[in-house]
Amino acid sequence: MESRAIRLESEHDIVVARGEVRAMAVALGFSLIDQTRLATVASELARNIVKYAGRGRVIAQAAEHADGRTGMRLIFEDSGGGIPNIEAAMRDGFTTGRGLGQGLPGSRRLAHEFQIESSPERGTRVTVVRWR
Amino acid sequence: MNGAQRIPILKVGRVLVVPVQVDMDDQTVIGLQERILAELERTGARGVLIDISLLEMVDSFIGRMLSDIAAMARVMDARTVVVGIQPAVAITLVELGLELRGVDTVLNVDEGIKLLREEFGADDDDDERDEEEAELQGEWHSFGEPRHQA
Repeated sequence: MESRAIRLESEHDIVVARGEVRAMAVALGFSLIDQTRLATVASELARNIVKYAGRGRVIAQAAEHADGRTGMRLIFEDSGGGIPNIEAAMRDGFTTGRGLGQGLPGSRRLAHEFQIESSPERGTRVTVVRWR
Repeated sequence: MNGAQRIPILKVGRVLVVPVQVDMDDQTVIGLQERILAELERTGARGVLIDISLLEMVDSFIGRMLSDIAAMARVMDARTVVVGIQPAVAITLVELGLELRGVDTVLNVDEGIKLLREEFGADDDDDERDEEEAELQGEWHSFGEPRHQA
């Protein structure tokens, strides 16, 4: 199954990530609106990694649902200090930085599945899936 | 800063026209914001028209930049309109939870110019300026059509 990893180390990598994710969404046959949703999720979550963890990566892969639908899974991983309070971070408007606090809650609304694991030892992994 | 130089800021009458034609990284976004404010001060323009019809994505960072430019321009007695948001971008913005607070949005450049004109009245126009504007608008429609991917 198609899968690729994009490193996230600088602000420019955020642009690369959203471009690559969109290209893959096009290849997987997603509608224009879904392409835009996926590119936007990629941009938001890639920025979180660059801004808060400094470096990490996103793995983009084709996914297959039990009911036969195809989709796309994005796994954002870093080994930064983790998110101290996930519940607060998932609230609209919550931010510890200069952002608007829409990154995590907004990304969850743009995806069908959204999973977040975070610890100070292992860093943060956010997995999102959007089905066609 | 280098990236920001790629995005032109055109003065058309008393309006600064900013056609955003490339996907911008964060530094380019910040640089563009600073350049627009510097141009407002330098030229005494009364309006800012930002054409994002070629932007395929507006995330919270770019959305915040648009809101900030509108707020800062207002302090400098100028009004900001954003034109040409693609439907897919508009849907995503709303789902993301962005309101583009304080930003007026219109469908196309003609509407944007009309809105800004109404704002500071017809007195500001002169023939020479109209010619200049017509010429610029012509050029810009040629690359102003949104791209759609299959």
